Amino acid sequence: MAKLIGGVGSSHVPAIGNALEQGLQSDPYWKPFFEGYKPVWKWMEDKKPDVAILVYNDHGLNFFLDAMPTFAIGAATEYQNADEGWGLKPLDPFKGNPEFSWYLIDSLVEDEFDITMCQEMLVDHGFTVPMSLMWPKQELRNQVKVIPVCVNVVQYPFPSARRCLKLGEAIGKAVASYEEDLNVVILGTGGLSHQLDGERAGHTNRAFDTEFLDKLKDEPEWLLKYSNYELAEIVGPQGVEMIMWLIMRGALGDNIRELSRNYHIPISNTAAGVILFENEAV
Amino acid sequence: MQSLKGKKPIPGTIVFDGTQAVKGYPLNKMCFSFNKAENRDAFKADEDAYCAKYGLTDEQRDAVKKRDVLALLNLGGNIYYLAKLTGMFGLNMQDIGAQQAGISLKEFKAKLFAAGETKNG
Repeated sequence: MAKLIGGVGSSHVPAIGNALEQGLQSDPYWKPFFEGYKPVWKWMEDKKPDVAILVYNDHGLNFFLDAMPTFAIGAATEYQNADEGWGLKPLDPFKGNPEFSWYLIDSLVEDEFDITMCQEMLVDHGFTVPMSLMWPKQELRNQVKVIPVCVNVVQYPFPSARRCLKLGEAIGKAVASYEEDLNVVILGTGGLSHQLDGERAGHTNRAFDTEFLDKLKDEPEWLLKYSNYELAEIVGPQGVEMIMWLIMRGALGDNIRELSRNYHIPISNTAAGVILFENEAV
Repeated sequence: MQSLKGKKPIPGTIVFDGTQAVKGYPLNKMCFSFNKAENRDAFKADEDAYCAKYGLTDEQRDAVKKRDVLALLNLGGNIYYLAKLTGMFGLNMQDIGAQQAGISLKEFKAKLFAAGETKNG
């Protein structure tokens, strides 16, 4: 049977992609950020997950505003990265696991989630940055098959935090019932607090982010008391991406331990966070 | 049309709802085209003709000409699409963050660093 062995919450800012490309891991600006990934790198190398379910949002590479799915899941054998228009060098394609994708989609629709199914899907920095962050070496990245789960956090209305947590629970249920012996990791990406648009650009909120990280393991429902509009005020319109971490958290169930965490301001215009959870049964 | 009309505005913030998405559709569609290098080249060769092809309003064309990100946001632009436009002029997210906040890039970066150093930043 497939087993969800752990989950990671992580930022996905494009600047990280540039820093990795230029080998800036030890640069004084970047060091406090990349240091936080060392436990994740070690964990990934030790556990060698077969499949990564990667929850992210597209920023205008694959999806345009003509048709914006709330939840879209990839079911392709390969996912291409491409030019996003402002200079990030496209990465090599990522290998998919279409059988597992279709199983997941079937199970989620059965559980009343209306999923957009994608047999072709370009993946942008929201996907590629976490992939290179988890597995900085190409050969390690090649060993992991991916299932992209794309969430609309670009155009209102977004799915609620509650809906995200429930989607995560349904993903966890689907993985646990998949018959192939696979070790699966789930990544919730985006956030933490940041604001790219408006006169308040550059807004972050350390106190709120810290509370979010503190509550994520034992009390993820804490975030549900805020509407997305309220969250936009508190953590910035793009900080709302943290609801995607709830999908990761929901999938993991309650028997987890927190192995590491890091939080750092600033990375580009954002507060960057990373947290690693492991299934206690591992 | 789904919109956030009637909600208390968030100071210094333009939330991208249905109303904004409708207003900004031609502008964002043009920016979406900039994922392709040949479209970026066509825009650079003749900005006016390229904007006209996508049916931008006069106000939107004017704001494109001025590289005025706040005006573009108010006219329905979405920040991720606008980044594809401003990227062509060599302006990254920090440059346009500073522009919107009305401060220099140095001040903008200092503000972010300051947030990193305080407990409640």
